[in-house]
Amino acid sequence: MSELRIEHISKWFGSQRVLYDISFVFQPGQVNMIIGPSGCGKTVLLKCIVGLIIPEEGRVFFGDVDFLRAPPEKRRAILRNLGMLFQSSALFDSMTVGENVAFPLRVFTQQSEKEIQSRVEYCLERVGLAGTQHKYPAEISGGMKRRVGLARAIALNPRYLFCDEPNSGLDPLTARRIDQLIREITEDFHTTTVVVTHDLKSVVEMGQRILFLHEGRAEWQGDRKELLEDVHALPANLRAFLMASGLVQSKKP
Amino acid sequence: MWLSLLLRGFEGFGQYLLLLRRSFSGLLRFRLYWNLWTHESIQIGRDSLFLVSIISLFVGAVTTVQTAYQIVSPFIPKSTIGAIVSTSAILELAPTITSLVLAGRIGSSIASQIGSMRVSEQIDALEVMGINSATYLILPRLFGALIFFPVLVIYACFIIHIGGIVAGALTGAVNPTQFGIGARSFYEDFQIIFMLIKAVTFGFIISTVSAYQGYYVRGGALEVGYASTRAVVISCLMILIADYVLAQLLL
Repeated sequence: MSELRIEHISKWFGSQRVLYDISFVFQPGQVNMIIGPSGCGKTVLLKCIVGLIIPEEGRVFFGDVDFLRAPPEKRRAILRNLGMLFQSSALFDSMTVGENVAFPLRVFTQQSEKEIQSRVEYCLERVGLAGTQHKYPAEISGGMKRRVGLARAIALNPRYLFCDEPNSGLDPLTARRIDQLIREITEDFHTTTVVVTHDLKSVVEMGQRILFLHEGRAEWQGDRKELLEDVHALPANLRAFLMASGLVQSKKP
Repeated sequence: MWLSLLLRGFEGFGQYLLLLRRSFSGLLRFRLYWNLWTHESIQIGRDSLFLVSIISLFVGAVTTVQTAYQIVSPFIPKSTIGAIVSTSAILELAPTITSLVLAGRIGSSIASQIGSMRVSEQIDALEVMGINSATYLILPRLFGALIFFPVLVIYACFIIHIGGIVAGALTGAVNPTQFGIGARSFYEDFQIIFMLIKAVTFGFIISTVSAYQGYYVRGGALEVGYASTRAVVISCLMILIADYVLAQLLL
């Protein structure tokens, strides 16, 4: 599986710098998480990785390909191996659930209508939404929309899966269900998954490789075990972030 | 302040031209655009028919009644009313009034549809899939407008004549035969070509200006509303400017 890595990413919005020289290697076939408090630049970094925002400095490598500087044809080829779940789900509201999931298949494959329908049914079943093909996004709940978004993201069997705040605004049970789904999909499809979140329960649920951002700077990176085992070995900002979640408590008096 | 406004205007125009260029690149398979084009054409064409009919009927009627009111000399033949109404309908009323009305109906609809897709990240979703969102969203609307605006304008021109004939007959200002004689007396084929050139130009302006306003929306529902209003105002302004330029160049 091709490695995904970012090198020295910096981003400014006008005179305001939002990302400072961020480098990270995402582990193939694992759930990689970008965590940090609101406004620290997590989503901007994610959008830089997938090319929705162009950083002023730095490189994004999908395998050996420098994604941001690659010719359009090569970029499109990479994008076709990439699925993304948006914070707002970003479902096409003029299409039914089934048409949303079928959309990338209709655009990029030569499959027959029967094959497309079969794949749509499989993807919806995989996220626990069998039988909802004919509903419109406006007729389903927020949690269901995220799951449809996930079904659409995996329709083309992507090698990379990106999730922007996948469980924000959802009730705890639905949020955990989404986390489980992302973890299962990563394992089953062997995708390199990148999840942006500020929810530490998600980190506990599915995080394997973790990057912590604070005010646009990469302050810490490591794996889940390192993050949760010895809180006092962590940088102060990350420690405060963990403590605030209530999931981790200081053992020192 | 004026300099800043001027610079913003130039920047916006440059961005508009770049968006237009982008909307002709990275085409996907034809079937995809065909479905979208059919959908847009129905919206532009069929759904505008009722509005265009009503407006054209009254424009024709009012123009006839007012023209009759201004012709007071008994030496001017009644058929002159038909000539004036018909020429005005072909050269100005059908293409311009119809386009101004459609700028409100179709322009605001295009801007708000694309704007809503922008703020709900649907455009980002297209881009992440490797689909050129400008091509996908703008091209079908542009071609829908380029094909159906001339059709609607021809239809409007026909209804304006009907409105004129009916109003002339009802008020006794001019009978249908006199109206027909007048309409034919000043008719030239080039007038129809001129009307169609206007229709295509105005269709291009409305679809692209509105798409541009929607495509670059930043913010939420409120900004989508502002973009929709801006799309109508700028489209109307551009239609009036283009109307003058075309008349100056071609007549």
